[in-house]
Amino acid sequence: MELWFTERHTPNVKFSIKVDRQLYSGNSEFQRIDVFDSKEFGRFLTLDGYMMLTEKDEFIYHEMITHVPMAVHPDPKNILVIGAGDGGVIRELTRYPGVESIDLVEIDELVVEVCRKYLPSTACRLDDKRVNIYYEDGVKFIRRCENKYDIIIVDSTDPFGPGEGLFTKEFYGSCSKALRENGVMVNQHESPFYSEDAAAMQRSHKRIVDSFPISRVYQAHIPTYPSGHWLFGFASKKCHPVHDLNSAKWNMLGLKTGYYNTKLHAGAFSLPNYVEEMLRDVE
Amino acid sequence: MALYQTDAPIYEALRKLRRMRVVPFDVPGHKRGRGNMELTEFLGEDCMNVDVNSMKPLDNLCHPVSVIRDAETLAAQAFHAASAFFMVGGTTSAVQSMIMYACKSGDKIIMPRNVHRSAINALILTGAVPVYVNPDVNAQLGIALGMSLAQVEQAILENPDAKAIMVNNPTYYGICSDLRRITKLAHEHNMLVLVDEAHGTHFYFGENFPVSAMDAGADITSVSMHKSGGSLTQSSFLIMGKSVNSDYMRQIINLTQTTSASYLLLSSLDISRKRLALMGRDIFAETIEMAEYARSEINSIGGYYAYSKELINGDSIFDFDVSKLSVYTLPVGLAGIEVYDYLRDEYDIQIEFGDIGNILAYISVGDRKRDIERLISALSEIKRRFGRSGADMLTQEYISPIVAETPRTAFYADKVSLPLNEASGHVCTEFVMCYPPGIPILAPGELVTKEIIEYINYAREKGCQLTGTEDINIERLNVLKQHNKE
Repeated sequence: MELWFTERHTPNVKFSIKVDRQLYSGNSEFQRIDVFDSKEFGRFLTLDGYMMLTEKDEFIYHEMITHVPMAVHPDPKNILVIGAGDGGVIRELTRYPGVESIDLVEIDELVVEVCRKYLPSTACRLDDKRVNIYYEDGVKFIRRCENKYDIIIVDSTDPFGPGEGLFTKEFYGSCSKALRENGVMVNQHESPFYSEDAAAMQRSHKRIVDSFPISRVYQAHIPTYPSGHWLFGFASKKCHPVHDLNSAKWNMLGLKTGYYNTKLHAGAFSLPNYVEEMLRDVE
Repeated sequence: MALYQTDAPIYEALRKLRRMRVVPFDVPGHKRGRGNMELTEFLGEDCMNVDVNSMKPLDNLCHPVSVIRDAETLAAQAFHAASAFFMVGGTTSAVQSMIMYACKSGDKIIMPRNVHRSAINALILTGAVPVYVNPDVNAQLGIALGMSLAQVEQAILENPDAKAIMVNNPTYYGICSDLRRITKLAHEHNMLVLVDEAHGTHFYFGENFPVSAMDAGADITSVSMHKSGGSLTQSSFLIMGKSVNSDYMRQIINLTQTTSASYLLLSSLDISRKRLALMGRDIFAETIEMAEYARSEINSIGGYYAYSKELINGDSIFDFDVSKLSVYTLPVGLAGIEVYDYLRDEYDIQIEFGDIGNILAYISVGDRKRDIERLISALSEIKRRFGRSGADMLTQEYISPIVAETPRTAFYADKVSLPLNEASGHVCTEFVMCYPPGIPILAPGELVTKEIIEYINYAREKGCQLTGTEDINIERLNVLKQHNKE
C-alpha cells in the first residue's frame, strides 16, 4: 500500500510526501485540519490541504520569522503574534528572558488543540506564563490596540481562506497603530517564484510599503513550501533591519539555533535580482 | 396540479429542455453559445445553454399560461399576495407599471418627493400630476425620513380626487413609515396604495422586520428581488393584492416590457423565491446578526454613527430595518462619499453608496464574518489616516423642492440650456441626481434655487457621481424658455 499527501503548488505542479499514517483529521468552523506521519519529514500539519509545517523543516521558518526582529529591536518586551496556533513562534520567543508578555491571537481554537496533542515539538511552550492566548480574528483584535507592542509577528496562512484579512491594508495600518515608536512588524510574505504566489507577494508588499516608512524583505529556504524559496517582510517606523542589528548583543544570549545566525541575518536581506525587481515595481 | 414552494417551475422546465438537447433554429443566434465562444468562455457554457427564447415548454412572459404562470402563482403565495408578475426591466419597470395602472393623464398621485427617479419618470410617461408630501428630515443626519401621517392626511384632504398614494418603504437608509395607518387612511378615501419596496424583499421572509406592504394591506408593491433576495441584477417582482385587476395590470406591463424576456433573469427569480420561501428565516437572521455586529463595532470606533432603532419616533421613523448598515460619517470630518471612495481606492472594499453625510454598506447572507471585520477595520483606519475636525461640513442633505410645473409639462416644454451656475430662478426641465441612490436633487418642473446649485456643486466637489442632465458633464442645465426670472 502506498499513501501519499499531495499539494498542488500550481495548477501544473504537484508536491507529494509519502505518508506513513494519518493521525488526525477534523473540521473546525474555519477549515479542515489534518496531521500525518511521514518517513522523510516526520510529522506534518496541513490546513485545507495546504502544508503548514513539518517536523523536519519548521525550525527554518520559525527561527527566521522570530530571531530577525528580536535581534534588531533594542529592547523587545511586549510581543504580539497573530496566527501561529502551532506554537512554533511562541517556542522561539519564550527563549528570550527579556520578553515580558506574548499575546497570541489565533482564529481557530481547534488548531491549537490539535497541535498541543500531536505536535508537542512546536506547541511545547504555549503554557509559558508570559503567553496569553486569544481566540479571535486578528483583524478584529488589532483594531483596538494602540501603541502597545514592540514586535508584531504575523504568522499567517495564505492570502485566501481564513487568513486573508491578514494581507490587507487595513490590517497593516492597524499594526502600525498598535506598535510603539520603535516597533517592528514581521510577516510571512509568500514566495516570489510561481506567478500566482508572486502576485500575492507583490500585493501585500505594496500595502506594507504604504503603511510603514521602512519596509524590507528577506528570504529563507523552506523545502516544503511551494518552490522552497520563501520571503518574510520586515516593516518598522524607525528600526533598520540590517543597520540596527546588534549582533554582539544577540550572540551574548547564547541561543542555540539550527538556521539563524547574525551573519545570515544580514545576508538574508540581499535578494536575487528578479525579486528586487518585483518589489521595486510596487514600491 | 398542486404547487408547492419547493417547486421552481421555470427552473425545472429549463433543466428539462437542456436534457432534451433540442436543435435550435430560433433565436438567440449564439445557439447555446457555440456561435460566440469568447462570450461562452467568459460566462460559462451552463449559462449560455439556458439563454433561450420563449417557446411552448417555457411559456411566454407576455402571456403566461404554463410554467411562468405557475411560478408567478408561487411567488404570489410567497409574498402573501393575490398575484405577482416576474419583471425583467428592473424594479424601475415595476414602479412605472404600478403608477401607470393607477393613474391616467391628469390624475393626481400623492407621493413623497424623495422617491426614486423611476417614479417621476412614470409621471412624465403618464402625465399624472404629483402631489408631493415633503418627507421629514433628520437634521443631524441630513437624511429624508418616512412620510408623517399628519402630512399624508393633509395631502389627502386637500386632494380628495387623488387616485393613489405612493410610499417609499423602507428608504435606502432603512427607514419605514407607518404603512398600516397610511394604507387605512388612503383606503378610507378610495385611493390605491402603491409601495416602492425595492429595499424590503426580506420583510416577507425574515423575522422581526418592519411590516411588509402586503401585510399592511397595500394594493401594489414593487420588490427588488435582486437586492436582498439574491436573484440576478435587473430581475424584480411586481406584487399585488385582491383589489387589483391583474389582467389589466398585465396589459399595462406589456406596454413597455420586452417580448424577449431573459430566462436567466426569470429562472433566477424562480430559484431565489424558492430559496427564500424555504430558508429565508435563517438567512435573514444571519444577515441581521452580521449587521448588528458591524453596527456595534463601528460605533465603538468613535466618530462614526451607525444608526438603528433608537431613531424611531412613532411617525416619520415608524420603524427601522436593522439589516441595513447605514453610517453617518460627518463627525470624523469626512463626507460619506469620501469614505466611500477611500474604502474602494485604499482598501479594495466596494460599498453600496456614499452621499454627503452617510455611507451604506449592503449586508447580505453572501457576506462572511471576516469581510465584515475588514470593513470595520478599514473604517477605523480611514478615521485614523484621513479624519479631520468635523467643522465646515455641509450637512443639509434634503432640500424641499418648489414645484412650478408637472414633470411631463416641463420635460416636453420648449427649453433653453444655461450654465448650471446661472440657472437660479429658472424652472428645470430635467433631472439632476447623485447615483446611487438615484433620488432626484432636481426633477423636471422644479424651481432652481441658489441653495440647490450650491448643493450640486458641493456634491460634485466631494466626488459624487451626478447623473440625469442632457449635458453629460452636468455643467449646463435645461430650463423652461417661457419662465421669467423671479
